[in-house]
Amino acid sequence: MDFSYTEEQQMLQDSVQKFVQNSYDFDTRNTIIASDDGYSLENWQLFAELGWLTVPFSEADGGFGGSAVDLIVMMEAFGKANLVEPFTPTAILGGGLVAALGTDAQKAELLPRVMDGSLQLACAYAESTSRFNLASVSTSAESDADRLVINGSKVAVLNGPSADKLLVVARESGATTDRSGISVFLVDSESEGVSVQAYTNVDGKRAARISFDCVAVPVAQRLGEAGGALVALQAVIDRAIVATSAEAVGALEALLQKTVEYSKIRKQFGTAIGTFQALQHRMADMFIECQLARSIVIMAAMKLGSSESELEKTKSVSAAKSRVGRAIEKVSQEAIQIHGGIGMTEELDVGHLFKRVTAIDVMFGNADYHTERFASL
Amino acid sequence: MNADFTTEELAFQDEVRDFLESEFPAEFRAKIDASQRLSKDEIVRWQKILYQKGWAAPSWPEEHGGTGWTQIQRHIFATEMGLIGAPEPVPFGMKMVAPVVMAYGSDEQKQRFLPDILSSNVWWCQGYSEPNAGSDLASLKTTAMRDGDEYIVNGAKTWNTYGQYADWIFCLVRTDNTVKKQEGISFLLIDMKSPGITLKPIVLLDGHAEVNEVFFDDVSVPVGNLIGEENKGWTYAKLLLTHERSNIAGVPRGKRRLRALKRIAKDTDDGFGGNMLGNASFRNKLADIEIQLQALEYSELRTLAALSVGKAPGPESSILKVVGTELAQELDELFVDLAGYHCLPFVPEQFEDGFQGAQLGPGNSAAAALTYFNNRKLSIFGGSNEIQRNIISKHVLGL
Repeated sequence: MDFSYTEEQQMLQDSVQKFVQNSYDFDTRNTIIASDDGYSLENWQLFAELGWLTVPFSEADGGFGGSAVDLIVMMEAFGKANLVEPFTPTAILGGGLVAALGTDAQKAELLPRVMDGSLQLACAYAESTSRFNLASVSTSAESDADRLVINGSKVAVLNGPSADKLLVVARESGATTDRSGISVFLVDSESEGVSVQAYTNVDGKRAARISFDCVAVPVAQRLGEAGGALVALQAVIDRAIVATSAEAVGALEALLQKTVEYSKIRKQFGTAIGTFQALQHRMADMFIECQLARSIVIMAAMKLGSSESELEKTKSVSAAKSRVGRAIEKVSQEAIQIHGGIGMTEELDVGHLFKRVTAIDVMFGNADYHTERFASL
Repeated sequence: MNADFTTEELAFQDEVRDFLESEFPAEFRAKIDASQRLSKDEIVRWQKILYQKGWAAPSWPEEHGGTGWTQIQRHIFATEMGLIGAPEPVPFGMKMVAPVVMAYGSDEQKQRFLPDILSSNVWWCQGYSEPNAGSDLASLKTTAMRDGDEYIVNGAKTWNTYGQYADWIFCLVRTDNTVKKQEGISFLLIDMKSPGITLKPIVLLDGHAEVNEVFFDDVSVPVGNLIGEENKGWTYAKLLLTHERSNIAGVPRGKRRLRALKRIAKDTDDGFGGNMLGNASFRNKLADIEIQLQALEYSELRTLAALSVGKAPGPESSILKVVGTELAQELDELFVDLAGYHCLPFVPEQFEDGFQGAQLGPGNSAAAALTYFNNRKLSIFGGSNEIQRNIISKHVLGL
């Protein structure tokens, strides 16, 4: 048994931490959020040069290796800095779907461009009434000679406004919640009939509602077999869940650390508030929550790379998302409360981390949803 | 033992209900149901409607234009207001500074300030907290130095709610540095138009600048604006903090939001062909909150019964503050839960008058996360919940 990082993982972590310390302070992040793109193209190119964009991909696909443990090492460091660059939508979700479903030709066309930073992707899966069920798809793809025609609309498409290409989940057959009949299509954002309603999320990240009005797509733009994409989609989302849960762990530990530091310098009643036992115990509980969240994310990441059954892997992913969700609620609320009024303002990074972890709890299904999913498996 | 209203009280309840049904403007109700903020003008307009009816100040004595209602009547009024979603009076004038002026102000001050508060001609704000004096309010450092017929005020106040609308501010200022910190504080009324006052808006997590920092740079204040005696301000401020605690629990608002949650849950797809009201774990959470709300309501009624027989408001009101605010925050979480992905867009403008932007999700779903963020303040302001627990430990449990 060994929970230590490999040399390569340690180097990856060091590389991210070094970047974050030197080039990603609170003011820089605020400037990036306020920019037109909502992320830094310069940073994105740097990520490519540093090899970070290859981390989610297998060596066969030209990547770093693709282990979920590698991914959580990096995501945790991203979380601590509350990084807004669209790593999850482009590299984990979009790139992940191409890697999982694409033909060799499709992979050869797209993955090198994801890894060299020249291609932005977004995955359009959620719908207004789908809630968190990936199989709930009413966007349709109807066969018309050698092409398919997509109609419908998607919500919460992360990185939608910047994506060059969209991975659109649409139904070729069956009823709205059938598990079969679901396909994934590669659609150019500029295609006729695609309209992107861009907005900023509460955590500063960009997203979009995207509607598809008779969007014609050549059959060759389908990824994988007709109607058979759900299992791969679920697996890709599961990996994204583990990755963003690791990001949440990083953010929660940053919240804890900032809260402890603040409690040492904030004086009321003639003493640092950190000397009050009532607050000490609550910060101790925050620490316990962070540790449990870290443990279960490591568990899920290790299981994803193991020979366990698919059922066990899925259960461990839901276990992690559910447990991390509980930790998010507890740790982030306490961080604000112990900071008091100043924690309520846009002026301090604590509030921004609070908003980020709140968004992570919602993404891909909240804690309750994943507790139910765990129970149902 | 019973919790029934008398025939007279029931008749009063009907009267209040009828009045609110006919006089609370429908467009305000629509805005509140759509999670939109009422503008200053709208709040004042509603307050003036109450004023015309003679109901502007339920807690004031009749001699100053109050209603002369019993505690029970005040409770009924607040309940009906909360159930319909009508905004309470802006507390700073009506509930905070007015009782202090009545208790400790001179006759001239009463004449000068109270009628304009009653008729909502003047908007007040609060100058209590400072950057380094929050829970430990008595350590405040804003100074007022006597210079002939004036005080010269210097310092900074923070967490000042809606100072951008205010005509006047009531402040705690330090007038003596040489004594115990509670004993050198005075209660001063300051015209917001005075030269030397500047406001710096503070943007909160929901993107709205609801509070400000207020800076005082050699601001001259006539000594006639001092309430009571110099250096007795802490005593007056304490009165203010315990005086108006009615409806602090927010039970009617909680009931109203619970109803909204049930309605929204029924309209929210669970993603599997059903709706969220049919989701067992969500239903359990709703039930937990409803039960807690009932426990809170009966705790409030017990406090009310004690007040009705003339007992002074005691530390028990700390229970209502702690439970009421934490319950409201749990309700916020359920709205976030129901909204799912639809709570993620950051659209602060949606609360503003005349918001015409594209609705990003169904109903008020885009308001859920922003409301959740903003209401984290509930357990921080008005004496943080830590301070309330200190009060219970010290004054109730004798620890």
